[in-house]
Amino acid sequence: MMSDSLDDPRLDDPRLGFRGWLLTDTPTSRFHARCVALYSGWLKFRSNTMAMLGLIILILLVLIAAFAPWLAPHDPLAQDLAGRLKPPLSEGHLLGTDSLGRDILSRIIYGSRITLYIVTLVALIAPVVGLLVGTVAGYAGGIVDAVLMRLTDIFLAFPRLVLALAFVAALGAGIENAVLAISITAWPPYARLARAETLTIRNSDYIAAIRLQGAGPMRIITRHIWPLCISSLIVRVTLDMAGVILTAAGLGFLGLGAQPPSPEWGAMVAEGRRFILDHWWVATMPGLAIFIVSLAFNLLGDGLRDVLDPKDAG
Amino acid sequence: MSRLAFRDLCVWFGEGEGRVDAVKHATFEVPSGASFGLVGESGSGKSTILRALMGLAPNWSGEMVVGERRLGAKRDRAFYKEVQMVFQDPYASLHPRHSVDQVLSEVLKLHGFSDIDRRVNALLADVGLGPGYRFRYPHQLSGGQRQRVAIARALAPEPSVLLLDEPTSALDVSVQAEVLNLLTDLREEHGLTYLMVSHDLAVIAHMCEATAVMQNGEIVEMLSVEDMRAMRAGHPYTRHLLESASGYNPNAEQMA
Amino acid sequence: MSEKPLLDIEDLTVTFPTRQGDFQAVRGVSFTLGRERLGIVGESGSGKSMTGRAILRLIRPPGRVEAGKLALGGTDLLKLSEREMQKIRGQRISMVMQDPKFSLNPVMRIGDQIMEIYRFHTGAGKRAAYEKAIEMLEAVSIRDPERVMRAYPHEMSGGMGQRIMIAMMMVTEPDILIADEPTSALDVSVQTQVLSIMDRLVRERGMGLIFISHDLNLVASFCDRVLIMYAGKIVEVCDADRLHEARHPYTRGLLGSLPRLDEPRRHLEVLKRDPAWLDAPSVSGRQ
Repeated sequence: MMSDSLDDPRLDDPRLGFRGWLLTDTPTSRFHARCVALYSGWLKFRSNTMAMLGLIILILLVLIAAFAPWLAPHDPLAQDLAGRLKPPLSEGHLLGTDSLGRDILSRIIYGSRITLYIVTLVALIAPVVGLLVGTVAGYAGGIVDAVLMRLTDIFLAFPRLVLALAFVAALGAGIENAVLAISITAWPPYARLARAETLTIRNSDYIAAIRLQGAGPMRIITRHIWPLCISSLIVRVTLDMAGVILTAAGLGFLGLGAQPPSPEWGAMVAEGRRFILDHWWVATMPGLAIFIVSLAFNLLGDGLRDVLDPKDAG
Repeated sequence: MSRLAFRDLCVWFGEGEGRVDAVKHATFEVPSGASFGLVGESGSGKSTILRALMGLAPNWSGEMVVGERRLGAKRDRAFYKEVQMVFQDPYASLHPRHSVDQVLSEVLKLHGFSDIDRRVNALLADVGLGPGYRFRYPHQLSGGQRQRVAIARALAPEPSVLLLDEPTSALDVSVQAEVLNLLTDLREEHGLTYLMVSHDLAVIAHMCEATAVMQNGEIVEMLSVEDMRAMRAGHPYTRHLLESASGYNPNAEQMA
Repeated sequence: MSEKPLLDIEDLTVTFPTRQGDFQAVRGVSFTLGRERLGIVGESGSGKSMTGRAILRLIRPPGRVEAGKLALGGTDLLKLSEREMQKIRGQRISMVMQDPKFSLNPVMRIGDQIMEIYRFHTGAGKRAAYEKAIEMLEAVSIRDPERVMRAYPHEMSGGMGQRIMIAMMMVTEPDILIADEPTSALDVSVQTQVLSIMDRLVRERGMGLIFISHDLNLVASFCDRVLIMYAGKIVEVCDADRLHEARHPYTRGLLGSLPRLDEPRRHLEVLKRDPAWLDAPSVSGRQ
């Protein structure tokens, strides 16, 4: 229900202080308005326990990556052939050691840096390319749309991992090339999504209204269409992050991603594969790390979907 | 002198087999400072005339003149500075993620005004919204308040012609009264020319000095406000519109 | 009215829990419905549609319907199970919504939809259902019912769609028809037709009609009795033909805010809302 009165006594009560300032219906400046919008989104997000769990796990991941040198009990690359393949909970090695006697916990902690690096780069490249291609195609229509969409179709027609493999094979193995390969294969779904959103937004009255003020296509796409597409893209990205981590791990596993001795989680699983029957922990521990982080991204994505849904007019 | 003139205007959608003629040979003029109505039911082509004038319907023939200028296929910013439009549904015509302030200041910037801060507040005052509404988002506004923001946006470039596409049909009657009163006052204060579309003859009679009645894309009759008030209508469809403006009449069934 | 009412409602409340506490959409409304055309008018948010839905118990959880009494003849509707309620809906009380586009199943032939409803409620055979459906389509002035029976909803215009909806809702010969803004999505030329069909059916079959609308003129000219709702309460009850003599400042304000062909004015009256209206008790529409 909409209250027509300018001041809602419940919210402008000075006793509410900062919280009242954040909840007011009558912000007094641009900055204030933005804070209010952010805070109400945060309140909505906070009420979703599972999403909060996902967020907390990811914050922990960032902290672990940032403080890896202080958190890791050992050097992740230090070999100790005498103490190889020690089981979890053995002295000095909480999660055991691998075939070269390296501490698995330390390797996982340092590996979080690589995982974050991949995730961040892919999240910066793929959705941006997708957004550009999708909104331009959707808004321009006609021949531009046809060309851009056929291009996306071509990319979509290949199995993702196979395409990534082909790119890595062409570019050479390595973490940067893996990221590039993943991004190149990941953008088409975003382009599709952004185009679909653009098509519905394009015909709305508020786009017509700004066109009638003489705004050009560049301004309409960047100022009016992007803000509405971005939220659904963000949701999609967080939901896809699990897949990205797994693809990166898959490339690592196939020996095309991070190169030994770098402690990338997928590569660690690949190494442990040889001992999976006798020394299960070598493959399982990094596998668990991949699982937890993927799950956290999925939970976060679900929560963000509720908060950012543009139909909800936040 | 006429502000707007339409001569033999035809508007259509689609080509070949699927071609739909939305407006057929419409001819009328709106004098400077006048308020002119277009009345008819959905699909009669009344809104299409507005859209064609604003350049939102690309397929048209005939002549459209604003002031001295004949319109071509493209509209430039100077045209949009002179002619503005208010849409029917205030829930669909405001960007859901832009605050009132963003909406108005963007339009002002587009038209090259410099004292944006002062103008935003002046526009809000014009449409009867206090400065407290400036930083609100559409979801924090009622339907009537949204429509006021949409009117403020249309007024921002200081146009001389305002096209009103059913500006109150999505609103409650009490809110409709407020918005219509506001439009009456704004017209006087700013010397505006109105071209207003509605399906409600009572609203048209209240706001306009003359109206064209449309059916199936054609103008079937022109009425002055006196004709409307005296229920003088030549065309049976117009008579039916006039009768139903005062409620349900059990004897009017055979009309349709 | 000496006759026992078809529907007897006392102290009906509809509540929705929100983050700021409970919100009451309908606040203690009482009225009866006889074999008459009862209008409920009000603005959006007045609770008029919620009242109609609450009678059919169509309020979805977490919304709650409470009432001192919600009786259809001798049956207490609040005590019925959801399964028994399904029998009531459509068979004894039917509802026509604003837009036929959203109420008809788009992938089912119109004839099949009408026949399905009839057979669900009466258990009649295919043949009988077909004849009944044709009869109902004729009753709503559809000229070639056989063709319409085979058609899909998207092939119909708005006015046709609404007439089909009415035919569908009347095929089970309910005691009560609730019409929620049945004509506001229609053009005036079709409006009159749809209304007169409803009028005739209600009269001929001795039904009770609850006509929910925001259009004061329409309700005044179409109904027998009118309830005016504001903020979830009934503020005034009056005979429809005397609506223009209404007393309550809210009703007067609504009437004054309408542009009128016969009374030119420079400015329309603007409704001043008195906060005291919110606290005043609901007027009873019982007879």
